[in-house]
Amino acid sequence: MRTGRRNFGAAPFNSTMLRYLLNKIALLIPTLVGITICAFAFVRLLPGDPILAMAGEHGVAPARYEELKHQFGYDLPIWEQYARYVGEVATGDFGVSISSKRPVIEEFKTLFPATLELSFFAMIFAMALGIPAGIFAAVKRGSWFDQSLMGTALVGYSMPIFWWGLLLIIFFSGYLGWTPVNGRIDLQYFFKPITGFMTIDTLIYGKWAAFRSVLRHLVLPTIVLGTIPLAVIARQTRSAMLEVLSEDYVRTARAKGLSSARVIGVHALRNALIPVVTTIGLQVSTLLAGAILTETIFSWPGIGRWMVESISKRDYVVVQSGLLLIALIVMAVNLIVDVLYAVINPRIRAA
Amino acid sequence: MKKTMTFAAALLAASVLSGMASAKTLVYCSEASPANFDPGTTTGGNDFDASSRTVYSRLVEFKHGGTEVEPGLADKWEISDDGLVYTFHLHPGVKFQTTDYFKPTRDLNADDVVFSFDRQFNKENPWNGDKYLPNLTWDYYTGMDMPKYVAKWEKVDDLTVKLTLTEPNAPMLANLGMDFASIVSKEYADQLQKDGKMADFSTKPIGTGPYQFVDYQLDSVIRYAANPDYFKGKEKIDDLVFAITPDATARVQKVLAGECDITVYPNPADLATVKANKDVTLMDQAGLNIGYMSYNTTIPPLDKPEVRHALNQAIDREALIKSLFQDAGATPAENLIPPTMWSWDKDVKTDAYNPDAAKKVLEAAGLKEIQLWASDRARPYNPNFQRAAELIQADWAKVGVKAEIVNYEWTKYRAEGKKKDRPGAFQVGWTGDNGDPDNFFATLFACSAIGVSNYSSWCDKDFEDLIQKAKKTSDQAERTKLYEQAQVIFAKEAPAFLLAHSQVYAVVRNNVSGFKMDPLGIHRFDGVDKAE
Repeated sequence: MRTGRRNFGAAPFNSTMLRYLLNKIALLIPTLVGITICAFAFVRLLPGDPILAMAGEHGVAPARYEELKHQFGYDLPIWEQYARYVGEVATGDFGVSISSKRPVIEEFKTLFPATLELSFFAMIFAMALGIPAGIFAAVKRGSWFDQSLMGTALVGYSMPIFWWGLLLIIFFSGYLGWTPVNGRIDLQYFFKPITGFMTIDTLIYGKWAAFRSVLRHLVLPTIVLGTIPLAVIARQTRSAMLEVLSEDYVRTARAKGLSSARVIGVHALRNALIPVVTTIGLQVSTLLAGAILTETIFSWPGIGRWMVESISKRDYVVVQSGLLLIALIVMAVNLIVDVLYAVINPRIRAA
Repeated sequence: MKKTMTFAAALLAASVLSGMASAKTLVYCSEASPANFDPGTTTGGNDFDASSRTVYSRLVEFKHGGTEVEPGLADKWEISDDGLVYTFHLHPGVKFQTTDYFKPTRDLNADDVVFSFDRQFNKENPWNGDKYLPNLTWDYYTGMDMPKYVAKWEKVDDLTVKLTLTEPNAPMLANLGMDFASIVSKEYADQLQKDGKMADFSTKPIGTGPYQFVDYQLDSVIRYAANPDYFKGKEKIDDLVFAITPDATARVQKVLAGECDITVYPNPADLATVKANKDVTLMDQAGLNIGYMSYNTTIPPLDKPEVRHALNQAIDREALIKSLFQDAGATPAENLIPPTMWSWDKDVKTDAYNPDAAKKVLEAAGLKEIQLWASDRARPYNPNFQRAAELIQADWAKVGVKAEIVNYEWTKYRAEGKKKDRPGAFQVGWTGDNGDPDNFFATLFACSAIGVSNYSSWCDKDFEDLIQKAKKTSDQAERTKLYEQAQVIFAKEAPAFLLAHSQVYAVVRNNVSGFKMDPLGIHRFDGVDKAE
């Protein structure tokens, strides 16, 4: 994201940052409005509706259908339904699920930690492997390692998650029996969630065996969800590193007689990481998209699967409010990345 | 040698395990999360498995593995001679479950029964509307026409309940075995109402069923424990766990890996793997459904039975079923009702493939062109209408009939298809509700269903007389005879081409006993046991 490198003149750091932030936040408002429209329209554009979905095979008599449409308010003009929805959301009311009758925000709060936990591990996995691999490939540019790594990264990037997940399950859980098939923890462990993060909860309860079980359950979904970000990060690190390695100051550093490790590890890496951080921030939306499939395959009780099931039930309320909540999170993360970027990029900080 | 070693190791592991945990745990990999635990308010099979079939009981129950009705909470019942009054005698001393959120002070009585139904239709009942849960629709209560048939529910004394109908309706008894008719606790409802926690009624269920609710972790795990006070005796399984596993391939892998004991709805592509595995058994049964194709019997030349027979004979049904259902397989339909339903007549056969005979009749009748309807939606009884249409089109072309395929999106498809004057052949199907033959014959082919769900616009006087008489007769043996005659007429008149009953599967580990496939598509864990 080179467009992010803006020059804010010689103003003092604080007011520059503030202006920068306010600017970013102001931009969020039209985005939010756009998202409400998309979320609202998207689920209504699908054939079928919640009333028919609930009635199932049985169908519903025309008179009863009209009655129910009225009960749910779906007989109102579409703009009025939208105004109602926006009005409710604006006051922090995300509505009540049509099928489960539970408040959407409550379901979201229950399920989101699972997605966050998995995404966190997937990101750690992607960074821990992707950054060193990218650096190494850049340093050994053109070598067989570089070639095969970039080839693998392309394969990883194009990997259909669904197929990849099932393949890993069938091989590692089915054939070798090394990992559990799916779920978050062995069923023998049963406790009330405190934070909703299984890794933390098991430690709070001091159950080591349960903690190990949680880690074992995390292995496959982490790999599956982390595959695409891993590929992207490896490629991005490599190209950022290549760019930096050809800069004058690196040549200067080498000329000063510094060790190769120090040149790469200190001088080059610090600058190469700037675009990588942006990439990582952008991968958050990739993670949430990937979570939809990963959570379905791995029976992971998160928000991705929640969305899929709500769409199939045509649960308008959950879909429109859930999408909005997810969008809010993605936007918040992007905002944080922007700020972080401004902080670590000297060209923004005090040009 | 290796085998003995493995056996010894398994024995050792088993003894260690049983030493560790004396409780018997059965894990069921279910296919979806329940919407909630109040079976009156939900419609999905997975909702019912998690609520009505585990936590609750009903006045009458379906025989385990069958569609016949047998005593449940009601030990016995009398039906008045005019078929209008049903008197149920409740089993004495039935206890509602005691949990950490509810301690019953009295046994089940007639108040609970009256309340269980009253809340579903009486607008004055505080549990009928928004006070309890927002936007309640009571889909099954209305869907089964209960408001039309039920005049009133009355408590006679603590153990006697009287149901009065508006007109005789023999399938009513089967309706009372359905999930929506589960009996809930009025005492529990009153308590929650007093505490201002009415919504808990749908998330912390209390019933009289074989298992009691322990905990639900949203979209993940449901836990139950055997109900120690179960009126039919405590179950052998101590802890019942539903591991919610939406992906079908992952479900099967979980059973193969021993992480679950039972699962259902495997992917057809995984059936071969399951069959090859020695630790698990693949159970199968014809589902409570029928895929068929309705001819509009009012438009010539389709008004002649011989023309309809000829069209049926022209279709290579075996090849068609193979192509549509592939590895999953299906039971070719001989009758409208599946062979698992009572009154199914084994002697009735549908038209056999005979294109030569068909050609002669169709030529003589002058049938050259026909509309053939298909939709985009995969249904359990027909996974691909379009593919079916193309194959039937090819078969009919061989006998000189040119079929034009008509396509609509599913909702519009049914709306257009049910019109009285819709031309040609219309592919459709049905999944049964209560296991009563009336639910198939009358719903799909009664004269009064023309324009609603009688897609053949078929009104045959003899057939109609038989099914109406059967609807009003309480004696099941007599009803069976009437439905058998109806099936003979149906086969003779051929208002539709009968395709198949889709096959349903369950994958069960070999150490599990007592699990039965259920023709109603429900999954029950009462009577199930597991060897360690």
